Amino acid sequence: MNTEYKYEDAIARLEYIAGQLEKGDLTLEEALSFFEEGIKLIKICSKILDEAEGKVQVLTKDLNGDFVIKDFDGGLEAGE
Amino acid sequence: MKPIFTVSEVTTIIKSLFDSNEILRQVYIRGEISNFKHHVSGHMYFTLKDEKSQIRCVMFRDANRLLPFTPENGMRVIVLGFISVFAKNGEYQLYAEDLQPDGIGALHIAFEKLKAKLDKEGLFGAERKRPIPFLPKKIGIVTSPTGAAIRDLLTVIKRRFPNVDIVIAPTLVQGTGAADEICAAIDELNKLGDIDVIIVGRGGGSIEELWAFNEEKVARAIASSGIPVISAVGHETDYTISDFVADKRAPTPSAAGEMAVPSKAVLKNEIRHLNLRLLNAMARYIGTERQKLEYLSKLPVFKRPQTYIINNRLALDEIIKKLLREMDIYLSEKRALLNTYTEKLEVLSPISILKRGYSICMDADSKRIIKSAKDAKEGDMVVILLSEGSLVCNVKECKEGNENT
Repeated sequence: MNTEYKYEDAIARLEYIAGQLEKGDLTLEEALSFFEEGIKLIKICSKILDEAEGKVQVLTKDLNGDFVIKDFDGGLEAGE
Repeated sequence: MKPIFTVSEVTTIIKSLFDSNEILRQVYIRGEISNFKHHVSGHMYFTLKDEKSQIRCVMFRDANRLLPFTPENGMRVIVLGFISVFAKNGEYQLYAEDLQPDGIGALHIAFEKLKAKLDKEGLFGAERKRPIPFLPKKIGIVTSPTGAAIRDLLTVIKRRFPNVDIVIAPTLVQGTGAADEICAAIDELNKLGDIDVIIVGRGGGSIEELWAFNEEKVARAIASSGIPVISAVGHETDYTISDFVADKRAPTPSAAGEMAVPSKAVLKNEIRHLNLRLLNAMARYIGTERQKLEYLSKLPVFKRPQTYIINNRLALDEIIKKLLREMDIYLSEKRALLNTYTEKLEVLSPISILKRGYSICMDADSKRIIKSAKDAKEGDMVVILLSEGSLVCNVKECKEGNENT
């Protein structure tokens, strides 16, 4: 399955396909191929949305003054 | 005899008077800056004045290095410092240790000036604004790691779309050094190479507390970012230069979170809806086709084909019947006509003439009809045809002319 699909492109294509199917003036072959593609796109979109939990990381400076990325420990005390 | 002092000795006495004075040792002075010079050495020299008086001031490099703004002539400020004598020229002056814009007025002027300048450069142009990616994979956040803003941002983003990655570039967001840290953080996030959108901001505060976001360098760092930037500084009513130069202004940090990521629940709903539409459309399509098929299969031509043959045969019979009828009519008409002619013929027939009393005379041998007396001679045998029967006669005399005696 193509996971390189951009979500909004996939949704736009889905909208188009649904519209075409609803119009109903397709040949059976076209209708089936549109339907198949639509179901595939729905799977792709759902997969994009359901990917694993995102990470929260934080940029910190190491001893040399270079930036490194570390997992964010939450440090959410109030006050600025 | 009074003692005689050197200039240096007197100057030292004067200086000690200044230095021992409680007020002059540490004093806040309100005034307007004039004759401002920023020397190459890094020291600042200026005059602080009001309507009636003025004091010469110096602010050494170490003291002015961390100023969050650049002093200008005409700017109203409050200076913290001490007053002492500069022995070399015998003048007293104010040694400034800190400098603050006096009230909102001065900051407002600085704000308007920078805004006008950057606007003129076209940094606020609508054509510069880049779209915020619809579904970013990784979001960079430049803010204080302990503030309310990061808490709000993380809450909103995680609630709306839990599977987006976030990189926090922690910075000071107010006070000296904040602007530099914000610039460095924007730069650093750009270098990471996989950030889709940057949110720069902080929670609400006074205009002084938000001031870092009105600094020219911060504005330029945002403008030159290769990644689209959402500015989220303070509350709805706070407008900063960062807001104008950013690709998008969020009224609050929470709103920035909403701009950066779509709501997963809404998207899921959209997909569910599309899925339903697809299934319904397909079911409807197949249903329609099936109906068409059923209708066609029920047509009599498919259901009882023999009906057609019977019907055709009946029609053929009809035609044959009609043909025969027409033929009859035609023939009887012809027959009637024939009868008419027959009657006419009968009127003209010799037999009917005989019936009226005429007779026909024929030569007995040749059967030729004798119409003239010349055609016969005495002694000839003739046959006379009557209406009923005939007479065989001998000619006694032939008379020419019509003498009926």
